[in-house]
Amino acid sequence: MSLPMLIQRLGGGMLVSIEIYTLTLLFSLPLGLLVAFGRMSKNIILRNVMKLYISIMRGTPLMLQLMVVYFGPYFLFGIPLPRYYRFLAVIIGFVINYAAYFAEIYRGGIESIPVGQYEAAKLLGYNKTQTFMRIILPQVIKRILPAVTNEIITLIKDTSLAFVISVAEMFTAAQEIASAQASMIPFIVAGIFYYVFNYIVAFVMEYIEKKLSYYKV
Amino acid sequence: MEVLKIKNVKKSFSNDNEVLKDFSMEVNRGQVVAIIGPSGSGKSTLLRCATMLETIDSGEIIYLGEHAVKTNEEGKAVYAPPKDLKRIQSYFGLVFQNFNLFPHFTALKNVTDALITVKKMPKQEALEIGRELLDKMGLKDKEDAYPCQLSGGQQQRVSIARALALRPEILFFDEPTSALDPELTGEVLKVIKSLAAEHMTMVIVTHEMAFARDAADHVIFMDGGVIVEEGKPEEVINNPQNERTKAFLSRFDR
Ligand SMILES: Nc1ncnc2c1ncn2[C@@H]1O[C@H](COP(=O)(O)OP(=O)(O)OP(=O)(O)O)[C@@H](O)[C@H]1O
Ligand SMILES: [Mg+2]
Repeated sequence: MSLPMLIQRLGGGMLVSIEIYTLTLLFSLPLGLLVAFGRMSKNIILRNVMKLYISIMRGTPLMLQLMVVYFGPYFLFGIPLPRYYRFLAVIIGFVINYAAYFAEIYRGGIESIPVGQYEAAKLLGYNKTQTFMRIILPQVIKRILPAVTNEIITLIKDTSLAFVISVAEMFTAAQEIASAQASMIPFIVAGIFYYVFNYIVAFVMEYIEKKLSYYKV
Repeated sequence: MEVLKIKNVKKSFSNDNEVLKDFSMEVNRGQVVAIIGPSGSGKSTLLRCATMLETIDSGEIIYLGEHAVKTNEEGKAVYAPPKDLKRIQSYFGLVFQNFNLFPHFTALKNVTDALITVKKMPKQEALEIGRELLDKMGLKDKEDAYPCQLSGGQQQRVSIARALALRPEILFFDEPTSALDPELTGEVLKVIKSLAAEHMTMVIVTHEMAFARDAADHVIFMDGGVIVEEGKPEEVINNPQNERTKAFLSRFDR
């Protein structure tokens, strides 16, 4: 197989990887904030449910979670699995896993903001939403950026786990071609792809961090 | 009419530890009240109760004749409904010991953001007010500086401007110079004195005795959650009657 053809075939998998990546971030970043609120809620039931959820997500392999999400509906409830559910299962699996990690990052950031910021805002008449959106969240984002960068770089590599339920992302495609051709080259190309993807994400995050360095705390 | 009336306020953090014991005081319009007293006497707690950062156990707090909190027949404190509290809250401002400026806002934005966000004032108008106040605080050339780029004294003056922007009827200060290097306290005290000269109603907790004597109309010495002695500044500070006041003041150069 010629290199252009190889790249063309891997290109399809690459798009799927990028799709998984983007959709996961799109849903898990906001969901993580909701989970963090639940985890910090005054309601003891909600708080403990969130705590349990987070500990399961962080305490078991993501690969296992993907399999449970994919096979669970069939084995538990006998629901037949349509073809498109494969991709959906990957997204659900990644989103609920990453939301848990993001939730803990958000929580750490929110709890690190001094209570004086809330008190000053209250005295100035800000309501709860205004206080959070204008005063607290911008400071939290700056503080958690390095930790978030870590996670979203890990996610690039984690997208390859989708191969366990045979979603044809980059790694799955590389493996199929590699075994058909008895060649290492697909893996090398895949490796380069992951590396470049990482590089771009790290570059963007560094840019954002610089943008937010206009003040120190 | 009194701008602030505090009546029989009791406040404890745990059952055995009553920090404010049946505390009462009044502040008239234009009056500058200085509160002095040893560490742990309840001065900050008093300001935090008056500004509703803490809830009281019983007693009354009244701003301009409106009850923020009163006490029911069972002797429990009952706060006004949120709508009324919101309005009452706009009557007062508080300057914190450690400023609590918003680090991600410039000096000017710190002063104007509440006007724009909370009071829904047009931006241009808010900026004018903000610039005028920073100018008054001697910070004309600092409007674009972030708090981290300002000295403690400058930060505290921004925070005073921020509180003044909302035009409070009464302004509380909790040890406004305690977090500052000694050489920076003067600039902040000067600003507060200029507000006193304009008859801004103020309640100032301070350890600066000379300042309390010069700027205040009325001095309260509190200890153990009660007023031990109060009166004209010269009387209380230069010629205290109570033994505890004497003992406390003997530790300061007057
Ligand atoms: N949040 C709190 N929880 C429990 N106890 C508290 C709390 N805040 C204050 N106290 C206690 O209340 C008492 C009065 O404290 P407060 O801070 O009002 O004193 P202060 O007069 O302002 O002292 P200082 O001059 O050191 O600032 C102290 O014994 C303190 O330990
Ligand atoms: Mg204090």
